[in-house]
Amino acid sequence: MKKLIIAGKEFNSRLFLGTGKFNSNEVMEQAIAASGTEMVTVAMKRIELDDKNDDMLKHIVRPNIQLLPNTSGVRTAEEAVFAAQMAREAFGTNWLKLEIHPDPRYLLPDSTETLKATEELVRMGFVVLPYCQADPTLCKRLEEAGAATVMPLAAPIGTNKGLQTRDFLRIIIEQSNVPVVVDAGIGAPSHAAEAMEMGAAACLVNTAIAVAGNPVEMAEAFKEAVIAGRRAYEAGLGTQAEDMTASASSPLTAFLND
Amino acid sequence: MKLVVNNKETELLQGNTVADLIKQLELPSQGIAVALHNRMVPRKQWEEQPLQEGDSLIIIKAACGG
Repeated sequence: MKKLIIAGKEFNSRLFLGTGKFNSNEVMEQAIAASGTEMVTVAMKRIELDDKNDDMLKHIVRPNIQLLPNTSGVRTAEEAVFAAQMAREAFGTNWLKLEIHPDPRYLLPDSTETLKATEELVRMGFVVLPYCQADPTLCKRLEEAGAATVMPLAAPIGTNKGLQTRDFLRIIIEQSNVPVVVDAGIGAPSHAAEAMEMGAAACLVNTAIAVAGNPVEMAEAFKEAVIAGRRAYEAGLGTQAEDMTASASSPLTAFLND
Repeated sequence: MKLVVNNKETELLQGNTVADLIKQLELPSQGIAVALHNRMVPRKQWEEQPLQEGDSLIIIKAACGG
C-alpha cells in the first residue's frame, strides 16, 4: 500500500480519527490505538476555572500521532483565523482542520468563508486541511489557494449516511492534485471501503466509531476496511458490465453427460 | 484588579501580567492559549503583557471533537 503524504509528511494509516462523542477518554484512547491512525482531530474549549483536571490531550498525544486541531464553532473566516492562531499556540502545531459551518442544523460548511480563510491561513504558514462541500469547483479553488488536502463531506456530520455525494466525490478525486480525504457522514466500514476503492486518499471518521456498541472493535473494523479499500484501488478494480449478462468465470464445457 | 476571564469575573490578586494570571489560576503552561480582547497573546509574551482593570481574556484548551 502506498504511503499517504500530506504536506511532505508520511502517514502509514489512511484513517483519520475524530475524538468527539466517546463515552470516556479511556475508550477513546483504546479506539485510537486499535484504529492504527496517525492523525487525530482535537477541538478547543474555554477552560472552566473550577475544573482544571479534565485533560484529554494526554490520551491522544503520542510520538506517531499528528494532532489536527479543528476550528469547530467559528462562523466566519476572521473567526477561523483567530481560532487557528489559538490552536497553534496551544498545541504547538501549524496543522489545521479548517471547518466553518455557521448553520447549526445541517453543519454544512460555508464555501465562501472557507476559501477566504484557506487563502489567509496558507499565507500565515498553516498546513490547512479544509472541511468542505463535495463541490469539484470549490475543491480546485481550495487546491489553488494552497490547501494541503481537500476534505469534502460524504453526508452531513454525524449522520452515518454514507457516500451521499458519491458522484461528486468521484469528480473531485479525478481532478485533485492534493489528497482527497472524505470527511463527515461515513457511518460504516463499507462506506469507508467504498470511498477508498474510488481513490480517496483517506477517510476521517468520528461518530461511527465513537457511538458504536463497541468503539474499539469498530475502530479496528474501520482500519481493516480502509486498508482493504485502498488495496483494491491500487490493485485496479474490474470494470462493471453494462447489463446483467453473465460472463463465465468457469469453463462451460460440459463434463458430466457428454 | 478585576478581569473577565472566559466571561467570568476574576480578581487578579498579585502582579499585572498574563503570566501572573496563569500562575494564580494554576494553569499548565502547555496545551493552552490565551487571548486578550480577542487577540492571541504568544506564550513568550506572557511575562511582559500587562493587564488592566476590566480586561477581557479567553483561555482555551483541548476538547474532544471531530
